[in-house]
Amino acid sequence: MIFSEIIFYSILFIALYIQVFFLLTFFEHREILKRPKKQTRPKRYPSTTIIIPCWNEENTLSRTVLSLLALDYPKSKLRVFIVNDGSTDETLKVAKGFEMNPQVSVFTKENGGKHTALNLGIENTDTELVGCLDADSYVAENALLEVVKTFENEGVDSVIPAIRISHPKSIIQLVQKAEYNTGVFLRKAFSLLSAIQITPGPFSIFKRSVFLELGPYHRAHNTEDMELALRLQSHGYKIGNAHRAFAYTEGPRTFPALFHQRVRWIYGYIMNVFDYRHMLFNRKYGNVGMIVLPAAFFGMITTAYFISLIALGLFHVVSDKILQIQAVGFGDSFGMPSFDWFTVSTSLGTLLILFAISATLIIVFTGKKMAENKWRPSLDILLFVLLYGYMAFTWIFKGVYNAALARGKETWR
Amino acid sequence: MKNLSWQKYLIAFLITAGIFVTAFLISNKLNQAKLETLQATRDKIAIDILSTETQFALLAETSCHEIATPVLSRELSSLGRRLTYAENNLGADDKEVLRLKKYYSLLLIKDFLLGQKIAEKCDNKEPISILYFYSNAGDCPACQKEGYVLDSLRSEHEKLRIYAFDTNLNLSAINTLKSVYDLNNEVPALVINGESYYDFQSREKIRSLLPKLETETASGTATSTATSTIATSSSKDAE
Repeated sequence: MIFSEIIFYSILFIALYIQVFFLLTFFEHREILKRPKKQTRPKRYPSTTIIIPCWNEENTLSRTVLSLLALDYPKSKLRVFIVNDGSTDETLKVAKGFEMNPQVSVFTKENGGKHTALNLGIENTDTELVGCLDADSYVAENALLEVVKTFENEGVDSVIPAIRISHPKSIIQLVQKAEYNTGVFLRKAFSLLSAIQITPGPFSIFKRSVFLELGPYHRAHNTEDMELALRLQSHGYKIGNAHRAFAYTEGPRTFPALFHQRVRWIYGYIMNVFDYRHMLFNRKYGNVGMIVLPAAFFGMITTAYFISLIALGLFHVVSDKILQIQAVGFGDSFGMPSFDWFTVSTSLGTLLILFAISATLIIVFTGKKMAENKWRPSLDILLFVLLYGYMAFTWIFKGVYNAALARGKETWR
Repeated sequence: MKNLSWQKYLIAFLITAGIFVTAFLISNKLNQAKLETLQATRDKIAIDILSTETQFALLAETSCHEIATPVLSRELSSLGRRLTYAENNLGADDKEVLRLKKYYSLLLIKDFLLGQKIAEKCDNKEPISILYFYSNAGDCPACQKEGYVLDSLRSEHEKLRIYAFDTNLNLSAINTLKSVYDLNNEVPALVINGESYYDFQSREKIRSLLPKLETETASGTATSTATSTIATSSSKDAE
């Protein structure tokens, strides 16, 4: 009993510590929450290539390309590379429909994986900046301006955007909407710590010199975006976050699709961090090694632990109810209980969990403010609070299981 | 090497520790308030029972209709439920919880005896009651089920009085009560109309043993604390 209490309170302490740390970091720079009255412009416009790696994206490619062509940026300074990676649908045909535009170049190759498509684009450009945009994502008009300003202001080698879910419809997509808004907060906190650990597919932009010095994308367990970020961090390169550069992505519509995606991400994350395990708890790598990377793993442990406790509690409630039904029958087992304030839990554990939930809600609402410029509660936040933990529990277990056996199937998606 | 702001790590640690200490203090304060509520309820019930005993003694020569029905107040029932909650959440070994539980058991016995005395004097005022002996130390799988049955009967028949005693309290008065009805240590054990019954008794069986339940309406019951779910550690005499 005492051992289980030690585990319980230790996990709670560490979880709260991590939340407090990120909140402290963010609120040291809370002026971020204020939106500037006037849009400023960068001092100069570096030449930029955005690579769209595609595999069977006939339905979404047009929207992606059009959003890039609509960017508020000098046309002469922006190039769009569409790289068809052996698609078996009409993706190439859709891509070739944009070839008449002088900004657009279309490449096609045999299927070799997303990283090979990106690398082909990198090999064929000579612009100052190189970025990527997933073919199921699109960007806001001012996104590249915001990214370039971040390069100017922060002297970084790479910039990642703020990613939001595009037009969520299903419950699963609404949960992701709140999750991604929370991610807007977290990415900013990580960038303030110089500890960004993923350069995501939707609109991460790099100085081309990064690839010349560090080499191209690697396969990296089909999570090349994670590996590249860790490679940058381990070599002392800086990654910034343009929190007003919005990229929109389609979230999976159903739970099976989301599960499949997240298992791949968890597996990839674990395998990449294993490859870069020398960074863990290593002061040489700053906050990314000391807190951000460990925090991700700890988050998995916390989720698994508390969901297990809830499941155990539910099991006891159900088995007690079954016993009651056996004793007094179904009808008498479901009366309206009378409320007694005395039975409201006031244990130390309950109060600490309330603190932790409050901290989570502060993060979630701050992320919403950054992403949508709104504070008010919404359905996606409610669904996120109610469902996300249970959903994450499933893919954490599967991802960890796959990583443990190192037999994740590495496919495009 | 990247710069680490050790100050921030330390400040975050201090804030987290501060949250823990604050939560601990608040929890203690609230739990203490709950115990004080239980103590206040206990004292009130003790006064009510003493008052009724005194009334009975003063009116020894008076006719039965002038004697108020002995108190088996809603507070006693509520006290029992809250004690179960306190036992589960503050710990069965908590000294104050143990003391309150023993006092509660003594109040139940006093109320039972008072009811018997009045019944002796006034034939038409015999209460319908069940004595229930249980254990919630994990050694009585049938006790939880029996608790549900008794709770169900209590909610259906208001005047049915269920006097529930935890045999692990090691209270001499409970042991004496058991010996009065010649009970062994087996639990659950029910005493109905002076007869003892061991093992799980269904609702139907109990109803058949108490035909008066169907003809009388009742008021007030002593709550069974046997509906506490998972057994905590055995309630040992902390004194």
